[in-house]
Amino acid sequence: MTLLAHDAERGARLVEDDPWLDLSDETPLPSHGDVVVPLARLADVVEAPGRLAARVDGASDPELLAPHLHRLALIVVEIPKFTDGRAYSLARLLRSRHGYRGELRAVGYVLRDQLFYLWRCGFDSFALAPGKDPADALAAFTEWSVTYQPAEDHDVPIWRRRRAG
Amino acid sequence: MYQYDAFDRRIVEERAHQFREQVVRRIDGRITELEFKPLRLQNGLYLQLHAYMLRIAIPYGLLSSKQLRVLADVTRKYDRGYAHWTTRQNLQLNWPKLEDVPKILDELAAVEMHAIQTSGNCIRNITSDPYAGVAADEVADPRPYCELMRQWSTFHPEFAALPRKFKLAVTGAAEDRAAIAVHDIGIRVVKSDAGEIGFAFYVGGGQGRTPLLAPCINAFVPEAHLVSYTEAILRTYNRLGRRDNKFKARIKILVKAVGAEEFARQVEEEHAHIAEGPLKLAREDIEGFRRFFRPPMYEVLRDDDPTLAAALLGKDRGLASWFAHNVAPHRQPGYAIVNLSCKSPDLPPGDVTADQMDAVADLADRFSFGALVVTHRQNLVFTDVKKRDLPALYAELTRLGFATPNVGKLTDIVCCPGLDYCSLANARSISVAKQVAERFEELSKLYAVGELHLNISGCINACGHHHVGHIGVLGIDKQGHEFYQLMLGGSSGTDASLGKVLGHALVHDEVAPAVERVVLAYLAHRAGPEETFLEAYRRLGPAPFKEAVYDPARA
Ligand code: SF4
Repeated sequence: MTLLAHDAERGARLVEDDPWLDLSDETPLPSHGDVVVPLARLADVVEAPGRLAARVDGASDPELLAPHLHRLALIVVEIPKFTDGRAYSLARLLRSRHGYRGELRAVGYVLRDQLFYLWRCGFDSFALAPGKDPADALAAFTEWSVTYQPAEDHDVPIWRRRRAG
Repeated sequence: MYQYDAFDRRIVEERAHQFREQVVRRIDGRITELEFKPLRLQNGLYLQLHAYMLRIAIPYGLLSSKQLRVLADVTRKYDRGYAHWTTRQNLQLNWPKLEDVPKILDELAAVEMHAIQTSGNCIRNITSDPYAGVAADEVADPRPYCELMRQWSTFHPEFAALPRKFKLAVTGAAEDRAAIAVHDIGIRVVKSDAGEIGFAFYVGGGQGRTPLLAPCINAFVPEAHLVSYTEAILRTYNRLGRRDNKFKARIKILVKAVGAEEFARQVEEEHAHIAEGPLKLAREDIEGFRRFFRPPMYEVLRDDDPTLAAALLGKDRGLASWFAHNVAPHRQPGYAIVNLSCKSPDLPPGDVTADQMDAVADLADRFSFGALVVTHRQNLVFTDVKKRDLPALYAELTRLGFATPNVGKLTDIVCCPGLDYCSLANARSISVAKQVAERFEELSKLYAVGELHLNISGCINACGHHHVGHIGVLGIDKQGHEFYQLMLGGSSGTDASLGKVLGHALVHDEVAPAVERVVLAYLAHRAGPEETFLEAYRRLGPAPFKEAVYDPARA
């Protein structure tokens, strides 16, 4: 799996080692390490062995995540199809409505040409779909030097930016 | 009209560059065809029956003569010398080659044009009233709001993979010439009793296989919240709209399923969180857009121009008939709005040749401040013509074939490309239009048939807006054969309604005679020449028309 990260300060980069251990519904918690558990299991994990993450999909209700956000270091959002845009809205709600500041990762059918939008909506790490060229993907974040509307990356609509001169 | 600044230019250039790279990656296989599809669609590129089709955006239908000349040029260079005005105020090229598309986009970018979001499951090009800015019945010019919304929706990162396409229309006038009731969101500019500007939001209208008129979900959204309220609607739809079935994915299905009231409540709840955020508009924000749409430098003229008055009394009855049908009143004394009919007997509805485009551009420069508007009835409008110039303009338009005195009348047929071009079609539509037009050319000389909209679609997708034609024709497929349903009583105007199927389906060559019998029945039954077809149908119901079509011996 190719994992990328992007933020305003450091730009885009490949992430070599990913510490997260992805657990299914049944797999018992290990004695140590950082774990990802499905949203439904979150309430049962009273004490995580290391850092804790939740796995959701675009259709998940952010209200269900809200009570857990303070103890999450990562939220993994599964994108089943690249034409399913629910993850974008979910990410924005998690960031702006619920103030989530941890890592937000897009996994699944994640393609180069979605990366910039995903980032604008609040994602900061991306597991590229299998077989896709990482070098191509890294270039996706610099394609645009200006955007019209506010999102999670900035809050200045173009009309206000123009007025500022 | 709106002028790009450095930001707009950069965005369109970066887009052209991005698409060029995407095409390279598609051709060398880094992107699969399946993955490429939404990318090319959001750039207006469809795969049609015979070739790619490129749909070029004309925001709210407004074009400069300079832009029109470039469109002519592109049509000549990269296509077969003709193009097609669509029912959403855009222009379609029917035969561009994939490898040429990046070059076309570069040439368009040079005159502030593009094909962004003219198709695909995103917010589409926003449409408006063709008489915007000059209509006598206007609360406020809708174009500044359209442009603002164009910018907000362009490459909106959250709404690039909606359940389905999303169409907005905005009108600022009392009479609805923008068909807002059959859009995903229709916005009407309104004024409160206190004189404040706001918007009535109609959500969940549409055509296609489930035609619905949009209910009003909020009768007064304050001006400052135009964008934030729209964003709240889109977010609600993006999260809750159905994605399991393409035919149930439009917002109209969601609004219908939860009910307009409940949908409105959900939107209000979402909006409460963002209303005071960065999308809230300041007065200066709106002013910044408004200044692009100030009226041109009108001459001070008397309204009853003697040159025109004399010409109208002259021997040429053609001028008088054209003036009566194709010219509309203007709010500035001494000026008029002129409709150019693109429905002549020689070309399929909406088709336009490159040479015609060049000629129209010249006329726009000479007669109407170098600007023109494309209408959703596939015609063109010069919004600011001096009455004094009308006889000269009429002569030029006659020479070019744009003066058929039929705007809003039966032979001003709205028609999709149908089976001749479209891979989704069930039936031909252009040839039906042609047969109807031929039949009625004579008839309309004999009778004043009055306002009558005939709309034809080649399949249930309704690109020809058959549901809202006073007479609608829909191509259907029955065991591999093309058939046509006749519908009566639709309207996209202020009194919007959906047409009802009259009876069993007809074969191709029966359609034009059936339409003729409908019109003759109308002429026989109308209360007087003032009663329009639609009024007569609403008064009489379908019975006399049904009898005329299906049982002519009795009728
Ligand atoms: S209505 Fe059908 S046939 Fe006509 S253009 Fe649309 S999809 Fe094609």
